[in-house]
Amino acid sequence: MTHVHLESDGAAEAGPAITPIRRSGGKTEIAVAGPWTLIWLKFVRHKVAVVAAVLILVMYLIAAFAEFLAPALPEAAKPQFTYAPPQDIALFVTETDGSLSWMPHVKGYKQTVDPASLKRTFTIDPDKVVPIGFFVKGPAYKLWGLIPMDLHLMGPLKSGDTMYLLGTDKLGRDLLTRLIYGTRVSMSIGLIGVAISLCLGVVLGSISGFYGGWVDLGIQRVIEVISSMPTIPLWLGLAAAVPLTWSPLQVYFVITLIVSLFGWTGLAREVRGRFFALRSDDFVTAARLDGSSERRLIFRHILPSLTSHILAVVTLALPTMIVAETALSFLGIGLKAPVVSWGVLLQEAQNVRTIATAPWLLIWPAGAVVLTVLSYNFLGDGLRDAADPYEN
Amino acid sequence: MLRYILKRLIYMIPTLIGMSIIAFLIIQLPPGDYLTSMLASMSDSGVNVDQAQIARYREIYGFDDPFVVQYWKWISGIVLRGDFGYSFEWNRPVWGLIAERLAPTLSVSLLALLFVWAVSLPIGIYSAMRRHSVGDYAFTLFGFIGLAIPNFIMALTLMYLAYRYMGQTVGGLFSREYVNAPWSWDKFVDLLAHLWIPIIVIGTNGTAALIRILRANLTDELNKPYVITAKAKGLPEYKVVLKYPVRIALNPFVSAIGWVLPELISGVTITAIVLNLPMMGPLLLRALTVQDMYLAGSIILLLGVLTLIGMLISDILLAILDPRIRFN
Repeated sequence: MTHVHLESDGAAEAGPAITPIRRSGGKTEIAVAGPWTLIWLKFVRHKVAVVAAVLILVMYLIAAFAEFLAPALPEAAKPQFTYAPPQDIALFVTETDGSLSWMPHVKGYKQTVDPASLKRTFTIDPDKVVPIGFFVKGPAYKLWGLIPMDLHLMGPLKSGDTMYLLGTDKLGRDLLTRLIYGTRVSMSIGLIGVAISLCLGVVLGSISGFYGGWVDLGIQRVIEVISSMPTIPLWLGLAAAVPLTWSPLQVYFVITLIVSLFGWTGLAREVRGRFFALRSDDFVTAARLDGSSERRLIFRHILPSLTSHILAVVTLALPTMIVAETALSFLGIGLKAPVVSWGVLLQEAQNVRTIATAPWLLIWPAGAVVLTVLSYNFLGDGLRDAADPYEN
Repeated sequence: MLRYILKRLIYMIPTLIGMSIIAFLIIQLPPGDYLTSMLASMSDSGVNVDQAQIARYREIYGFDDPFVVQYWKWISGIVLRGDFGYSFEWNRPVWGLIAERLAPTLSVSLLALLFVWAVSLPIGIYSAMRRHSVGDYAFTLFGFIGLAIPNFIMALTLMYLAYRYMGQTVGGLFSREYVNAPWSWDKFVDLLAHLWIPIIVIGTNGTAALIRILRANLTDELNKPYVITAKAKGLPEYKVVLKYPVRIALNPFVSAIGWVLPELISGVTITAIVLNLPMMGPLLLRALTVQDMYLAGSIILLLGVLTLIGMLISDILLAILDPRIRFN
């Protein structure tokens, strides 16, 4: 851990708050460990939180390499395959003589047309074998919008074949592909939103907690107004004002901004509370007597000792942002096509009839949202417990 | 006590002003105003526009005045005359539209709150007393999942399950044949058959949160010496728990209304939109999409005020329950 040697580099104001406490009788390693080592040790004892952290990491990896992981392109529509059900991957085929041989494949579709309503329905045809493979050449794309490539993690071997592992939507677009691309938008909106909230929350919270008095009173009123207003009507009101003519990128940033405008209050409260507690602590008094300016006191001495707590609150604030974006897009006033996010995907599952025809349109995007929120909650809980390693 | 209530009331005033400013900002936010777009569409479709009428509207709503003057005209209308403005889309005063939907919105929110209490109290007590039992873990897991599922996703899921397995088409508060029927027992049963989904959807998040709080508070309380003394003296267990620790642990239960309520109102809004209930949610969404801004702003303001009133009630209840708050 990089912070351990801070104690020895002798800089008077390098960060007094993280002076390791020496414990008598403990293991020697623990006794000399820096606070971040202790936090880490405490965190990894939370098995669920560690699993959640890994899951979130996987999500971000999916978001980062969406183009490569997705078997197709998000806008590639095949109208002849509307609401095609999900296909299962099978690894072996039965040869004519009854033996099994290795060949990864999915089963093709059988189309039936209802004579009365002329509605087309697809069922899996167990006799049709569509061979698939890994690292296959597929539709061309640009990785991160820069590097032209056509390699996909998996896909059908023949170029005319189709593979819909999670089924298709109304326009015959591959749900798996869209879900993977949606991960990028939904996960990043949370991150950017929380970064904005973090700035607002930390700055206002520390000013409020450090100065107290009138400044504090004013900021507290603002926080009270914002946190006592029901958020969804507010988000709706602000998001509806976004002009229809704006480009998807502009809408993306404005929606992120709206979502984060109401997310900072919890953070500001936490920071303020800790500031109140630390304001009269010995190390702050010492730094003050040493002649540190107030800005230096706030940003150099008090805030660094709050980092772990802030990290925990931020992690717990992230899922709210993701849900906010999803809800707004679902209602049709957040992100709009051609942008793909989980909320945009859920918008297609808006009425019972669609869900009854194609339950996968609800199950997979909703599952992604719930899994992400759950993971962030577990991770945040673990971080919060580990944030103060000197407890007990 | 009276002084305490008065103090709380005075504290509410700046919050109310803040809320009204936010609501008015939302009214002002969309570029242009409804009048202009209405004029455009009217002259497009060849309708004769009464210039005097338009001028009158401009005057009343002060579309040409600066922000502060417009705000003053709007808020003084609400406070002094109960005039929330005019819905250009519905061609009716805003208040009439809102009033129709106020009762269902309020009653479903209240029912959801009762649901939250009724479910979380027994489960919270059970979880605190039988900590680390299978039941406790099951409820904890349920709580985590309940917190993680957004309202609208749960509404969609329940809607689908009800449709799939019970053959029930949910949505609305009544089946078609009962909508305009006079009240009868059958209508009431029909209402209940429709009401369970929104109540569960809206209540689950709050329930999960309250169970966690109650469990934590009660656990702290159960380890205190007075509980051990009571047990040592041979008091039956239910009495030991229910008589003192639960009463103390109930305090945060009441104060929780303060932060559960905004969530409930939020939940009611989006759930009503998904399930198409005759409440303020769908009205708000519709008003926002056609930029009927006086209606939208008034709904947002009113939902905020409702929340504040709920918080005030929770504060007063808390003061009745806990004398320490009254005298501080």
